[in-house]
Amino acid sequence: AMDTDLSSQDRKDLDKFIKFFALKTVQVIVQARLGEKICTRSSSSPTGSDWFNLAIKDIPEVTHEAKKALAGQLPAVGRSMCVEISLKTSEGDSMELEIWCLEMNEKCDKEIKVSYTVYNRLSLLLKSLLAITRVTPAYRLSRKQGHEYVILYRIYFGEVQLSGLGEGFQTVRVGTVGTPVGTITLSCAYRINLAFMSTRQFERTPPIMGIIIDHFVDRPYPSSSPMHPCNYRAGEDNGAVYPSVEDSQEVCTTSFSTSPPSQCVFTVTKAHFQTPPPVVTDTLKVPVMGLAFSHQLSSSRLSYQPAALGVGSADMGYPVLFAGGLNAAHPHQLIGPGKEGGVPPIPSQPAHGTQADQERLCTPLDGVHYSAATPSSSEDTETVSNSSEGKCGSPHDLLETIFIRKVGAFVNKPINQVTMANLDIPFAMFAPKNVELEDNDPMVNPPDSPETESPLQGSLHSEGSSGSSTGNTHDDFVMIDFKPAFSKDDILPMDLGTFYREFQNPPQLSSLSIDIGAQSMAEDLDSLPEKLAVHEKNVKEFDAFVETLQ
Amino acid sequence: PRRIRCCAPPGAAPAMNCRAEVLEVSVEGRQVEEAMLAVLHTVLLHRSTGKFHYKKEGTYSIGTVGTQDVDCDFIDFAYVRVSSEELDRALRKAVGEFKDALRNSGSDGMGQISLEFYQKKKSRWPFSDECIPWELWTIKVNVVNLANEQERQICREKVGEKLCEKIINIVEVMNRHEYLPKMPTQSEVDNVFDTSLKDVQPYLYKISYQITDSLGTSVTTTMRRLIKDTLAL
Repeated sequence: AMDTDLSSQDRKDLDKFIKFFALKTVQVIVQARLGEKICTRSSSSPTGSDWFNLAIKDIPEVTHEAKKALAGQLPAVGRSMCVEISLKTSEGDSMELEIWCLEMNEKCDKEIKVSYTVYNRLSLLLKSLLAITRVTPAYRLSRKQGHEYVILYRIYFGEVQLSGLGEGFQTVRVGTVGTPVGTITLSCAYRINLAFMSTRQFERTPPIMGIIIDHFVDRPYPSSSPMHPCNYRAGEDNGAVYPSVEDSQEVCTTSFSTSPPSQCVFTVTKAHFQTPPPVVTDTLKVPVMGLAFSHQLSSSRLSYQPAALGVGSADMGYPVLFAGGLNAAHPHQLIGPGKEGGVPPIPSQPAHGTQADQERLCTPLDGVHYSAATPSSSEDTETVSNSSEGKCGSPHDLLETIFIRKVGAFVNKPINQVTMANLDIPFAMFAPKNVELEDNDPMVNPPDSPETESPLQGSLHSEGSSGSSTGNTHDDFVMIDFKPAFSKDDILPMDLGTFYREFQNPPQLSSLSIDIGAQSMAEDLDSLPEKLAVHEKNVKEFDAFVETLQ
Repeated sequence: PRRIRCCAPPGAAPAMNCRAEVLEVSVEGRQVEEAMLAVLHTVLLHRSTGKFHYKKEGTYSIGTVGTQDVDCDFIDFAYVRVSSEELDRALRKAVGEFKDALRNSGSDGMGQISLEFYQKKKSRWPFSDECIPWELWTIKVNVVNLANEQERQICREKVGEKLCEKIINIVEVMNRHEYLPKMPTQSEVDNVFDTSLKDVQPYLYKISYQITDSLGTSVTTTMRRLIKDTLAL
């Protein structure tokens, strides 16, 4: 009965769209895990082969694998297309990182226009996929692959298998598109439990961003499709030459019509959610200001007549529910019938969709951020996000413990915490030469400076100096840290740090010495009377100038 | 962006039927540009199409939008933007002005940058065209000062994680499939889209910003410049 509502042409188009959408989805995901930056060019003239008006290259091997997995079928209820991304170390240990799922549920949107709205929304969804593939943890891992590990992909079709992701994995929804035959959903479940490396691996290779492989996986599904390296150039089985995809030459619908089939009036409302949308964090405020507005289509011109202005209501074929004000507490849902390119009934849709999802995909974020519309300061952001991640095993805490805190080069430590072994200074002969001059120079050694002698000061100045307090005038900037950046630790007593400390207090330039300074000041004082005389002569001019400013 | 005269003065509340989204970030001074560009480019990726080519009988075809990855230098983060140098230049210019204004404001380093999508509605003479916003994105920025390299390294990572969350937020809003302007006829296309770029076609947009002074009130940068100039005399 469903099919009779959809014309056969529309049905054919829809199937084609879904098929190519699935293929493009796989391309985007795999290309995002190749480890390289992707760049494609925009082209103002359509070539007819750029599906969804996006320049997404087709890697032939990937299309081949996707088609093999799909085996001529399309995603349907219970038959999802999954792209599994995993990591494999050079020792052969592997770990699943992500599962990208393209699913279909039964929620149909009969009113939606296939050739236009569905197509454009699929295009939008692909853009969202491009964005989201860069923000899951596996992206950064994949950018660093090559030496110690590689990233692999596997495509399968059927039931979603999430057990390999470890405990507490997180889910992100990329988006949904309603169609007359069901709602397409695209989401990603990703592992967050990257635990410590076992000791045997640690000895051989340094930690890879603190990832530590803790489970050695035999492929649980030996009959399933083999894994493939995302970076196909590095793959071993590159012998086969895959036929280039002729189907991509199939003309995709790039032609649209602006003239509607008939004059109709539809009402598009910004539906207010009774339940907050599932993936909203506290920093996203959604003040519901949107109200009902309407659109009257005519074949010759479009006129935008916001209902807020009260204009055009006489033209409406359908009542417009006008909820005035910005009060978000008034939920209103009015989905006018006969809408064109309009909004599918959103409040009911996600609830239905995510219910089906929840059975398979643990969505720990659902319902956690219930109070979405609260304003937040940056402190609140921390607490709320921590509380949500607490549910899933505090990935940030875990990563924190791995992070090796190096003492920075310019970290100031209080002097009394320093314990100093005697430094042997090979370059002692380069110690400040004009030590006597410095000692006598009141600018450098003010007589009443406190003799706070740190052990560091004492040993830095060699036999020539008598523990001068040269450094005291620059107390704020004495560097006491023993681990400057880029220097080796403690192999030689003389290193970059010592060198730096040695030469951070060079002798004063003679031109800055007090005698010369005093001289120029005396000169200035002498010339003052002369200058004053000149100004007095011109006082009338100055007065006139000031007048103009008033 | 093209400077288009619009009825609404800067800083006015959006019109009644314009949806508004607010994002907040805390960043170090040198991270401001990249963080703003990441968010703005992500929004514009979703709000740009290929160039329209109108044919006879009211049909049109759409050009192809390319994309590219951008790595940030001061943040552990990467994002995708539309492959259009013109668009990138326009955004960089606006973000650069915002960053300079933040730096010169002498305040606590708080401000916000807004990206507004609007439609033009032609009015009969003598009235000027109306600009009707339909979506407004506001990014509130809080600039923090860090004391040492260790804190900076942590900030790189934290801000990277926060931006990941923002991208997810943006995508979630886009996925709601709420109001979008109707696809226009050829005569109306300039009322809906910015057709001045040669390779892509974003919806008509404008970017504005405000710097918050330490009293918490918003002052536009031009006003501050005026006052400063007067006092300097």
